[in-house]
Amino acid sequence: MLLHSTKADWFGNIRGDLLAGIVVALALIPEAIAFSIIAGVDPKVGLYASFCISVIIAFVGGRPGMITAATGAMALLMVTLVKNHGLEYLLAATLLTGVLQIVAGYLKLGNLMSFVSKSVVTGFVNALAILIFMAQLPELTNVTWHVYAMTAVGLGIIYLFPLIPLIGKSIPSPLVCIVVLTVVAVMAGIDIRNVGDMGDLPDTLPIFLWPDVPLNLETLMIILPYAVSLTVVGLLESMMTATIVDDLTDSNSDKNRECKGQGIANIGAGLLGGMAGCAMIGQSVINVKSGGRGRLSTLAAGVFLIVMVVFLGPWLSLIPMAALVAVMIMVAIGTFSWRSVTDMKQHPLSTNIVMVVTVVVVVATHNLAYGVLAGVLLAALFFANKVSHFMYVTSELDEAAATRTYQVVGQVFFNSADKFIDQFDFKEVLSKVVIDLNRAHFWDISAVASLDKVVIKFRREGADVELIGLNEASSTIIDRFGVHDKPEEIDKVLGGH
Amino acid sequence: MNNRRTVLACIDGSAFSDAVADYAGWIARRVDAPVTLLHNIEHGHSADSNLSGNLTPGEREELLEELTELESRRSKILIEQGRRMLDSAYQRLLDSGVTKPALLQRHGSLVDSLIEMEEEIRVLVVGVRGESHGREASVLGTQLEPVIRAMHRPVLVVNRDFQRIPERLMIAYDGSEAASKGLDMLTLSPLYRGMECHLVHVGENSSRDQDILAEGVAILKQAGLEVTGSNLTGDVEEALLQYQQSHNIDLIVMGAFGHSRLREILFGSRTLSILSNARIPLLLLR
Repeated sequence: MLLHSTKADWFGNIRGDLLAGIVVALALIPEAIAFSIIAGVDPKVGLYASFCISVIIAFVGGRPGMITAATGAMALLMVTLVKNHGLEYLLAATLLTGVLQIVAGYLKLGNLMSFVSKSVVTGFVNALAILIFMAQLPELTNVTWHVYAMTAVGLGIIYLFPLIPLIGKSIPSPLVCIVVLTVVAVMAGIDIRNVGDMGDLPDTLPIFLWPDVPLNLETLMIILPYAVSLTVVGLLESMMTATIVDDLTDSNSDKNRECKGQGIANIGAGLLGGMAGCAMIGQSVINVKSGGRGRLSTLAAGVFLIVMVVFLGPWLSLIPMAALVAVMIMVAIGTFSWRSVTDMKQHPLSTNIVMVVTVVVVVATHNLAYGVLAGVLLAALFFANKVSHFMYVTSELDEAAATRTYQVVGQVFFNSADKFIDQFDFKEVLSKVVIDLNRAHFWDISAVASLDKVVIKFRREGADVELIGLNEASSTIIDRFGVHDKPEEIDKVLGGH
Repeated sequence: MNNRRTVLACIDGSAFSDAVADYAGWIARRVDAPVTLLHNIEHGHSADSNLSGNLTPGEREELLEELTELESRRSKILIEQGRRMLDSAYQRLLDSGVTKPALLQRHGSLVDSLIEMEEEIRVLVVGVRGESHGREASVLGTQLEPVIRAMHRPVLVVNRDFQRIPERLMIAYDGSEAASKGLDMLTLSPLYRGMECHLVHVGENSSRDQDILAEGVAILKQAGLEVTGSNLTGDVEEALLQYQQSHNIDLIVMGAFGHSRLREILFGSRTLSILSNARIPLLLLR
């Protein structure tokens, strides 16, 4: 039921949701403009996208209260597509992204998030913050001192204004920052770049547009790699954000429905001239902080955004880029997990390496998907390495019968197979070898192959080999672990047989 | 004897909580079932409105701590309040002769809690309105409809104090398959033994209507119940409520939400409109 929602989802928190919606809309406008500039398209593309996606996801999303719009993570993936092929191909890629995300939702790929460990999530978030910050640097290089001064004042307003009693907590400080800097820039007539210099702003509501691209295989080949990247990154950030909102609000979300919802929202954005988007960590935190919880907050954010943009259009173009940069630096600082840096002292080295590698790969490739892939693989290797230590072999010699009984305990799989072979003394002269596998678990074919090797080696040395409990030990090899999903079955397999 | 299905009474501190406990006690004594008193702790939204809209370093962690602190304090108060309500209902039931009612507190939405426990429920007893509504308002509690729809067990909706032990019950019967099933359930339960049953059918009093009624009366008579059948005409809801008043009925038994969702969206639900207008408790058979 993609449209199913309870009354409480929508109207459980009307006042909080509407107020939060306004705050979020005010913060979404500078972000949407900034991300459009990153992607190399007119600001209106990002603004239309944020409007469409917010409104659609309010109905079809699986995580009420989560903010979804045009994002930096997605914008970074579009840069070369826009540069080499133009906006129309971006819109087509956005549509394809939507379709792929819906497919992912039906294939329940949201469940794969369980492979993404905590340190990979932290790495992703930190890398995202660094990318957002780095994207502001072009605005801060080769400029006059005015820009630096304005950015610094802007940041000062953003962080200090909320400390003022009474009004500090009722007026969004990023809004104050933008208004003050715009007024100063216009009054003082400072000649610095403003939003109007960056491209077209919306002057009407978005209109339905089928992307003007030839419908052939060549087009598909151009947009497919981009669409796949966008799909993966969009779903990753959305799933992670959903988890963060789940934690903050102490409630559950439907991750697979969120995948489908993201897809539908992106299709909507693509058809109305917007770029692909996904859930936003920073904005969702702002929404929850402002009291937003329900679907209404997301809808309100989208509607307020388009109303403000269409009616304030002429004023928007006067906003100095320095004000946007200040807001985006705030987003970067707020998104970065500073605690993860201080926690590095307590965390195990492997965890820290996974986190840092995720960050480094993302910053190097500007593609969050590669970073997550590297992080997940590394985390899996570290895990395999840890588990491989859980194996030992003891033995007992019966001198009279020249028989040695080996008892294998623990996990035997690809990573511990060599260690397993090393545990046997093939130089010892024996007439019989007994290998007791009752407390061992064979997880894969590598484990079985290593056991074969051990048996053959003993035979060559002239010993008879007897295996005890092989069937039980190898019952863990079965791929379909579903067979063992009852506690008593798992006990049978894992608990000493 | 612990695996016997229980009469589940939802206690929430509304004006009907005492009555809910009383009716649950009455049913439990009649059908010899245990009673479980449930107090559900709904987690509302923290009404915090920090509209500063900025993200400070470490905002996520701080916000999580702040919200956790806030909700933990509120939950503790709610748990304490709930415990007191449960204790008072417990005492009420003991006084009325029910042995050892079970007490239960759950977090989350009421509907979710009930769905989880459905297997253990024999009859569900709920007040018509929760504590957030006043006593006199003629509105239905916002949770009532979702609860009734989610349950596949009989639901007794309590809307007045327990004045006397119910003696006369009215059964709304339309001859449909669902209604016949309802009659079968009725004949099997010891709850209605010795009560004066009024089987009521609303139609045009045609020969078909009379056949339907006669059939229903026969089923109940065969089961050994004392039954009077009546064919009524006119608007279903009005006719039922009028009959109830003129015959001094104590309890209405009917099926609930028999029609399709679409039809209910278009024409409104008959169940809901009877629920909001009836002055006496309704037992809804699902």
